[in-house]
Formats: sequence, structure tokens, C-alpha cells
Amino acid sequence: MVYSSKAKEFYQGELNSIHKAGTFKEERYIESPQAANIKVEYPAGSPPKEVLNFCANNYLGLSSHPEVVKAAHEGLDHRGYGMSSVRFICGTQDIHDELEKRLTEFLGTEATVLFASCMDANAGVFDVVLDKEDAMIADRLVHASIVDGMKLCKAQLYNYKHSNMEHLEEKLKETQDCRFRMIITDGVFSMDGDIAKLDRIVELGKKYDAIVMVDDSHATGFLGKTGRGTHEYCGVFGEIDIITTTLGKALGGASGGCVSGRKEIVDLCRQRARPYLFSNTVPPVIIAAANKVLELISNTTDRRDKLEQSTKYFREKMTAAGFDIPEGEHPIVPIMLYNAKLAQDMARDLYGEGIYAIGFSFPVVPKGQARIRVQISAAHEKEHLDKAIAAFTKIGEKYKILGKKKKEIIDMYGY
Amino acid sequence: MSEDLKQLLIDYVKREYLEEDSEEEIDESTPLISSGIVDSFSMVSLKTFVEKKFNIKIPDEKATTEAFDSVNNIIKLLKEFNVS
Repeated sequence: MVYSSKAKEFYQGELNSIHKAGTFKEERYIESPQAANIKVEYPAGSPPKEVLNFCANNYLGLSSHPEVVKAAHEGLDHRGYGMSSVRFICGTQDIHDELEKRLTEFLGTEATVLFASCMDANAGVFDVVLDKEDAMIADRLVHASIVDGMKLCKAQLYNYKHSNMEHLEEKLKETQDCRFRMIITDGVFSMDGDIAKLDRIVELGKKYDAIVMVDDSHATGFLGKTGRGTHEYCGVFGEIDIITTTLGKALGGASGGCVSGRKEIVDLCRQRARPYLFSNTVPPVIIAAANKVLELISNTTDRRDKLEQSTKYFREKMTAAGFDIPEGEHPIVPIMLYNAKLAQDMARDLYGEGIYAIGFSFPVVPKGQARIRVQISAAHEKEHLDKAIAAFTKIGEKYKILGKKKKEIIDMYGY
Repeated sequence: MSEDLKQLLIDYVKREYLEEDSEEEIDESTPLISSGIVDSFSMVSLKTFVEKKFNIKIPDEKATTEAFDSVNNIIKLLKEFNVS
């Protein structure tokens, strides 16, 4: 060990201030595969507790699906464990090409290139496509990986009020002198589960000759009638210039992401996107399993249909029970509590009842917007949903918030 | 302090960051970033606005969240660029 006590004290001080702010993130040990039912060791050292998982991005319930696990085993047997290379040296197998083609067809684009994660895809794509004479115009609630990706790009940065199309149009007018403009949005915003107005965005993109880029990580596989994503849901399938998305949520949940879209942009990413050029190939085991996932969800919409029905059921029952839930259709269901401590206390009590859901507060969400975020999965059966609704209702009664709206909850608990 | 400059900045903050139906009041000392009205990502609009308006370039080391945390702070920052 080399560094001095001065550095050690500084870093420890940083950690202490994170603890003091109440934002220290603890990891809970799960001693089972990812599923609706999981065994969790929490706090560390406790005997494992069986809980229902309502906080995974396992939207289609494919994370531990037997056919996906089998395909992963086959990938391991036939194509090995690692490639010990980046893609362009000796890291591209036939199955990588197969997956890129399957994703292209599924997403309705011209071409696709895989990245180690969607974070990497977002870190790479802007710098490839735009330069200092261009403008990036982003929704103010885009994912942190997009914000970081934009910081790595020399283009001028603009942003517009969340989902406010008039404000977006103002920014498009303001940047008329730029060479290229890119409108940048999440397809689905992860904290509220609200859906971007992609039909309007495409319309504005055409009107002002802008490139449209969407991160569809919380939509690919299940949003829209055949699960293609937000563009299908909004009636603009085949019209998005750049889609970034992940294999780490609905599509099996392991890891990996991609840039999918116009062929020349994808080809340029292969030549110039630094996270692509300098990261190892996504391992064969993940590629083989993801190919199976694409096959499964291309053949039938059963899983996304079940997810849609379960989401509707849960939202209706929870709203009828008296919880304050913004209207929506997405399996991300924000249970609004406004007060950070209330959100933490209720999440803790829910865990005691065998329901694992997470409380979110500032700075993850805006001040005064604390909530418990519930995520529904096709792996949930009706009895799982009913158990969660009963537990929420019991805890909601304990804190006397049922039937109360924002103002009343804030009057009781403060911001 | 120039009243015109103060009003210009208050008007911009209201238009750029508040929803039309917002009842929030903004004056020259209202905390913008530390209060959560403007987050660090959205702050870029404010910086671009003053740079374009007054034809200046604020270097990153001066464009801190503290420097943009209120209209008063922004006016103080602009003085360094001979804008008043």
C-alpha cells in the first residue's frame, strides 16, 4: 500500500459524508437466481429470507428462464467462455453477427452494433456522430449514462423541460445555425415509468431536420403490441435514427447493450466509438442466451401480454387501495410518498412483510418527489401481486396515507 | 446592481425552469441549484443563455453550481466579465 494517511482520511471523509447525507448504497446478497421469488441475506450475516422481488428490471421474467439458461450452457459448450479480444481483432464470432442481425430486425432499424453495456453505447455514440458545430438537445430527465455520454462529446449541449414539446421546439429554433441537431430522449423514463412522446419528437425532427436518438432500455422487449419498444407504442416504428438499448433488463438481464439505427452511423460506431473499440467482446455465453431471448419474444407475445395485464391489475388495485400513483401503463409503478424518510421507512416495513421494493429520494429523484418504485415482471403470478398489494395496504394503513394525495401527505410528513 | 439585468435573469429562469402553472416565486436571492429548481444538468441552459446574450465565454472552472445558485450569484459572476 502506498498512499498516505492524508489521502486515506480524505476518502474516508467522502464516505462519511455520503453516510451522513443518507445516500449510502448498501448491497444486499441474493442467494438464489434472479426471479419473482428470491432468497436475500440482509443485513449481511442474517439467515436468508424469502421475499418477492419487485425491484428488478426482469420485465419479461427471462433472467432465469430454463430455455435461456439452456442456450447459455450451449453457448458455453460450443463457443467457449471468453474471447480474449476486442471485436475487431479476433473477438467476433458467428453468433455475434447473428445477434446483431436479430436485433436489427426486432428493432426495425438498418443495422446494429453490440457494446459491453448500454452505458458504453451511450458513452460512445454522441462523440461519433456529432462535433463542435452540432447541437445535442436532450430531455432534462434522460438517464445518467446519456448525460455522461454527452459530456464526452464536443457538440453544444441544450436541454428541454421534461416531455415538453413546445420547449423542445424552442430549442430547435434556437439552434437553426448548427450543422446537425440531435434530439435525445429516453423512451421510458426510469423513475416515473412515463413514456416519451416519440410521435411528436419524430414530427419535430422531420420539421427541423434533426437526428432522433432514443435510449429504449426500459421498453425493448415489451412496450408496444409486439414488444418492439417505445417507437412501436407511439406508432413510429422504423422511423428512429438511433436506438440504444440493453440486454441487461427485459432481454435476459445479463449484460450488454447496442447502438441500432441508420447503417452509416452504426458502421461509424464500429470504426470510432471508443468504448466499443477498447472493450472486450460480449462473451459467447451471453450472446447465445440473447439469441434465444430474441427467438422467444419474436415467436410469441405471451410474456409481454402477461406483463401488460399484470401491470394493469396492479395499478388498478393499488390505486383503488388509496395509493397516490400517477396514471400510466408501464410496469414501473411509482408509489408517491414525497417524503424521503417515509419512503425509506415504508420500504423497510414492506421488506419485513416479504416484499422487496426500493424507496427513492433526492438526488435520484427531484426534491419532494420521494417514492417507492415497484417494477412488475411477467414472472409475477397473480398471487404474488395480491400478496404485494395486501402488504402495501397494511403498511399504508400503518402510516395513514391511504386515500391521501400529495398535499395531505406533505402536510403529515413534510417534504 | 442593474435592475434590467436582474429582471432579465429572473424572467429567463422562470421561463426556462418553471412549468407554466407553477406557483413558485423566484427572486434574486432564491436558491436555484441547491433548492432543486435547477439541476446540475439543466444548468447548462442558463450558462449558454448568458454566454450568448453577453457574448462571453465562461470557463468551466468559473461555471460552478455555486456561481449559478441564485440570480445574485450570477450577477456577481457576470461582473467579472464586465457585464452589469
